[in-house]
Amino acid sequence: MTAFTLDPRPASAGTAGATLEFRGLRRAFGATMALDGLNLTLNPGEMLALLGPSGCGKTTALRMVAGFETPDSGEVLLDGVDVTGTPAHRRDVGMVFQSYSLFPHLSVTDNVAFGMRMLGTPAARRRARAQELLELVGLPTQGGRYPRQLSGGQQQRVALARALALEPRVLLLDEPLSALDAKVRQSLREEIRRLQLELGITTLFVTHDQEEALSIADRVAVMRDGRLEQCATPEELYNSPATPFVAGFVGTMNRLPGRLSSDGALVDVLGLSRPVQGSLHGRDGTADVDVLVRPEALTVSAAPDGPAQLVAASFLGATTRLTLRLHGGREAVADVPTTHASTLPTGARIRLGLPERPVLIDQARNEETTA
Amino acid sequence: MTLTAPGAVVADAGAKTRRQEPQAPGRRAARPSAGWLGVIPLLAFAAVVLGLPVAAMAAGSITTTNDAGGTVFTDANFAATFDGPYLESLMGSIRLSALTAFVATMVSLPLAYAIVTSRFRGLREAVLSASGVIANFGGVPLAFAFVSTLGNAGVLTGFFGLADKGWSLYTFWGLAIVYLYFLVPLMVLTLTPALDGLKPQWREAAQNNRATGFQYWRHVAFPILFPTLLSGFVLLFGSAFSAYATAAAMVGSSIPLVTVKIASALTGDVLVGQSNIALALGMDMIIVAALVIGIQLVLQRRTSRWLS
Repeated sequence: MTAFTLDPRPASAGTAGATLEFRGLRRAFGATMALDGLNLTLNPGEMLALLGPSGCGKTTALRMVAGFETPDSGEVLLDGVDVTGTPAHRRDVGMVFQSYSLFPHLSVTDNVAFGMRMLGTPAARRRARAQELLELVGLPTQGGRYPRQLSGGQQQRVALARALALEPRVLLLDEPLSALDAKVRQSLREEIRRLQLELGITTLFVTHDQEEALSIADRVAVMRDGRLEQCATPEELYNSPATPFVAGFVGTMNRLPGRLSSDGALVDVLGLSRPVQGSLHGRDGTADVDVLVRPEALTVSAAPDGPAQLVAASFLGATTRLTLRLHGGREAVADVPTTHASTLPTGARIRLGLPERPVLIDQARNEETTA
Repeated sequence: MTLTAPGAVVADAGAKTRRQEPQAPGRRAARPSAGWLGVIPLLAFAAVVLGLPVAAMAAGSITTTNDAGGTVFTDANFAATFDGPYLESLMGSIRLSALTAFVATMVSLPLAYAIVTSRFRGLREAVLSASGVIANFGGVPLAFAFVSTLGNAGVLTGFFGLADKGWSLYTFWGLAIVYLYFLVPLMVLTLTPALDGLKPQWREAAQNNRATGFQYWRHVAFPILFPTLLSGFVLLFGSAFSAYATAAAMVGSSIPLVTVKIASALTGDVLVGQSNIALALGMDMIIVAALVIGIQLVLQRRTSRWLS
């Protein structure tokens, strides 16, 4: 019989979670390749967010860990053990579904205790354990209610308690916050992170919301068309995106017209020369490219001969987002301190500046132009 | 005086005086809703087509005509229905209806589940359309269809040599098969929307909580479906219990059924002057139906607290 002890421990301990590994996972649905050779490892006690647009394969990957999908090829390993062929009901993973998926005919307590009931845990023990978990998720007095009598946020807390009830080695969260309103989403997000850190459980969090992913995950894996684009810490992902897709998907990114030098080492943008991030091998001849720049990386100053024109300003509190029109009709946005923005009237000519550091470029523009 | 609202009595217009009872502090006077007026046509219709016949039947069931031609109250009609061939017919109908309703419920559940989970949308639509037609296929045409296929000289009876194997359509079990022919599709139609409402995520959530396929059905799917199954069972029971034409055309009075017995008593096929007993039998049917519905309501209330 399974012994249940709720043992909150600091994340630094990190011993409760398992290592979860995706090894060359492939899965096609008809002509659509949902997963195309996914390789990824979650460290014990780590929270990793799978981020990407709809249809990128992130949910398919998560469902393979749960045992609800079978890969065409590749393996899912839990602490080094291949569980690819293990039936869903024998996997040691807990899952929270997007739509809560609480059993409507069971009380909150019975929902939380469901897994224990399936394992034959004595009623008194499972009730005590369910109460313990309900207290952990902040619903100590709701045990006798039915799911339909709870709010969406409360239901998802119950689902979380249910998923943790059997002390799984891995916790799977399938867009658990997407059905909730903004305020509840934020508080529950923090709650989930707190619990994850307390329990030190390895967690795979699937979301299409970049803010959600960046704010609670230790690492974020960005997926596109079944492939992993980049897996890095939120800071690294934001500041040093590996690909133009990641740069565009995570945060706001300006695409400024630039001209690449013949050796591919420098790019001219906004009348400035900047080194190119990464290496461009085998290049011969200059090319028009897009230079990818974050709004907060742009500096602005009023200048009668400036190449841009201020067309709109949106107040965001401490900063103001300026919308600027460049030569050729392209637009760019710049986030500047509000105190500075207030000195710039709409319609003013603006000079733009860039920090002295390598910039990411997207050559697709050039390829499209020359195609 | 004119009553205008609870707690407020307004004097006749000519009296020029007005008296109003004081309201309890913090309590608003309840205003009568005019919404119920909308159901008056329905209530009137029900009173005419349901209330009046039941009242006439009730009156007839507790009266009889004496030698002088007068009408007198009696309990003899009801007493007769609980004795001899009348009781046998009542019990026969209950037995046949309960059995066919139960079997149809059990058969329809996997059938409807197969339809709901089928990948072939065309199959689903075809089966549901066919069910809609077959569920309403009854009476003499249904009897004739079975007589011509599975009767003593039926096509299939001859083809498979069923008569040599002891088969006879004109028995209790033969009649049960005919009833199942329209009860199963009726239950499939009833169950399909309920099965559609079973979320696939519930199964996944159950699996994720270590439930096997059997445990999922035992602890999740079946309890959720139970109120619908119960309602469906009552619907089938009522449908079978009240069926007359098919049984009358197929087996006549050889199988004791209350509806056939009522017809015989009313028409005086066996004995004249039994019409009041027929009315008492009709009241027995109402009581049986009410009991079944009452049991269903109690069970449903117990098993579907989560719905309220």
